[in-house]
Amino acid sequence: MLKGDVFFKWLCLAAAALIGILMLGFFVQLTVSSSAVWRTSGIGFLTARTWDPVNDDYGALPSIVGTLVTTVVALVIALPLAFSATLYLVDARPLVGEILGHAIDLLAAIPSVIYGMWGLFVLAPLMQDHVQPFLVDTLKLDRLPVLGKYIGSDYNGFGLLTAGIILGIMILPYICAILRDVFQMTPPMLRESAYGIGCTKWETAKDIVLRYGLRGILGAIFIGLGRALGETMAVLFVIGNMMDMPDSLLAGATTIASTLANNFPEANGLQRSALFALGLVLLVMSFGIQILAQYYLHATSARRGEER
Amino acid sequence: MLKKLTALGLTLAASATLTAQTVINGAGASFPAPVYQSWTYTYSQTGPNKVNYQSVGSGAGLNQIKAKTVDFAGSDNPLPVEEQEKAGLEQFPMLLGGVVVIVNLPDVKTNELKLERAVLADIFLGKITHWNDPKIVQLNPGLALPDAQISVVRRADGSGTSFIFTNYLSKISKEWETAVGAGSSVNWPVGIGGQKNPGVCNNVAKIRGSIGYTEYTYAVEAKLASAALENQSGKFVTADVESFRASAANADWNNAPGFYMVLTDQPGDTSWPITGVTYILIRKDADPAMRKAMIDYFNWCFTTGATAAQKLNYVPMPENVIQMVAAKIFK
Repeated sequence: MLKGDVFFKWLCLAAAALIGILMLGFFVQLTVSSSAVWRTSGIGFLTARTWDPVNDDYGALPSIVGTLVTTVVALVIALPLAFSATLYLVDARPLVGEILGHAIDLLAAIPSVIYGMWGLFVLAPLMQDHVQPFLVDTLKLDRLPVLGKYIGSDYNGFGLLTAGIILGIMILPYICAILRDVFQMTPPMLRESAYGIGCTKWETAKDIVLRYGLRGILGAIFIGLGRALGETMAVLFVIGNMMDMPDSLLAGATTIASTLANNFPEANGLQRSALFALGLVLLVMSFGIQILAQYYLHATSARRGEER
Repeated sequence: MLKKLTALGLTLAASATLTAQTVINGAGASFPAPVYQSWTYTYSQTGPNKVNYQSVGSGAGLNQIKAKTVDFAGSDNPLPVEEQEKAGLEQFPMLLGGVVVIVNLPDVKTNELKLERAVLADIFLGKITHWNDPKIVQLNPGLALPDAQISVVRRADGSGTSFIFTNYLSKISKEWETAVGAGSSVNWPVGIGGQKNPGVCNNVAKIRGSIGYTEYTYAVEAKLASAALENQSGKFVTADVESFRASAANADWNNAPGFYMVLTDQPGDTSWPITGVTYILIRKDADPAMRKAMIDYFNWCFTTGATAAQKLNYVPMPENVIQMVAAKIFK
């Protein structure tokens, strides 16, 4: 081998190893810094509901629940929108498809703090004046038999639903961009054959395009999921930042990321350690989702007839 | 960022080539930040040295001075003298200011709404939940109070303003003291959290039927309606520089070791109940030249700076307190 090649090989190896070392470093750093809270509360930290800096008593459950609920709301909003928008874009007339496609891509270029400001100044008043009165006073969703109490009747524009909507809009372009590539990968011959045997557009989309790109679609969902889990600034503006267990969808809550952003600069001692522990929980959650996704794809690949 | 770096580079270069100008860095409380920003600007333009102040919050300021990353810290949450000793810090009062209760009700203007002590505590405890609650209506016979939910707004981040406010609530309500307590961040029974003073003002401005607390200047600048509060003597007072000054008049600084003083709930008919002192902390082991530069700056703040502070609705320290600071710290 040439001298340059050897050098290049080591350079690449170092760069690749750096990623692994960084990842490991994050875990070690977060574990070490959070050790105090694990010593005092143990695993009970994860299920404790109080966050009381005066008595130095900390629990992670409200933040974890807030993170999961906003993420689920975001996906429920973003997925159907992303699917239908992308299915249209792939088959649309080139000019229309291109313009709308760029518009969606541009959504991804908006900094998250701008989404937060838009949420605070536009979406939150809109929710308080129109959306939430419609849900509660007109549809009376809070009187539904079982679900009602999880929707809630008190509203002020802020809360889990508002945060979920913002997140949904934020992750939409990421899901769309990947879905577009995935849908375009379907071989034209497959689609044309489907049309040939009399499939409607919907049947083609459902049975051919979606089936063919399942792996990519899951990838798109997980990209959106990962982004929604860790989003901080946009959520911070509209979620209400309440450290209590949320009792309904319209109630204020907090997420792990916004708890960290709010409390870190002023935190000392055990509170700081509890914040590091929350960071560790967030990292493990994102990590767990990645592993689950990989495992699911691996386990189902045979059924879909893919090569391993 | 690049701009900032270039600016920093330029100032560094300038200070190196010119008269070896000292750059004094401070960080901390956001409660007095409007005054500190105006002071640092004017002093850096006209004075011998350059001063920077980052409004990062009292707790963060304390962390930074303990870690020696800044030359002085601003804090609204005074350190007891033992803690000053332990951390090798010296503390002195800089300014007085008031925390006001702001409301967003359609037809209610500044000082129209009256809140007595028990009612204020009950609202923040979540025990009074509607604006037409008999207890509020009884106090405000002339006001049209809507049948609307009260949305409490408070700070989401740890803050000296919250310390002053929760310290006051602990003094006026046994229940608050036992259930919640006082601190720069507490386990709030109810309420939506806003980021820093401007965030609280924004949320109150956006949510109809909301109530929150903020440093006086922020409320004035955001044109929000503040409430008249009942003080220790049972009189309803309105927030202004005079009522802040009145509550400071009775304070006994001679018996306050390390200038540890919390000015909430002071006696006097005209005293504003939620007045706070904001402090400066410097290191005892500061470099002598740096110490000299800082003393020059703080002297300037106490004298020339006082007018600027008054313009922004803060109260300069009384003359006798300044003399005590000069004798104990500026020696």
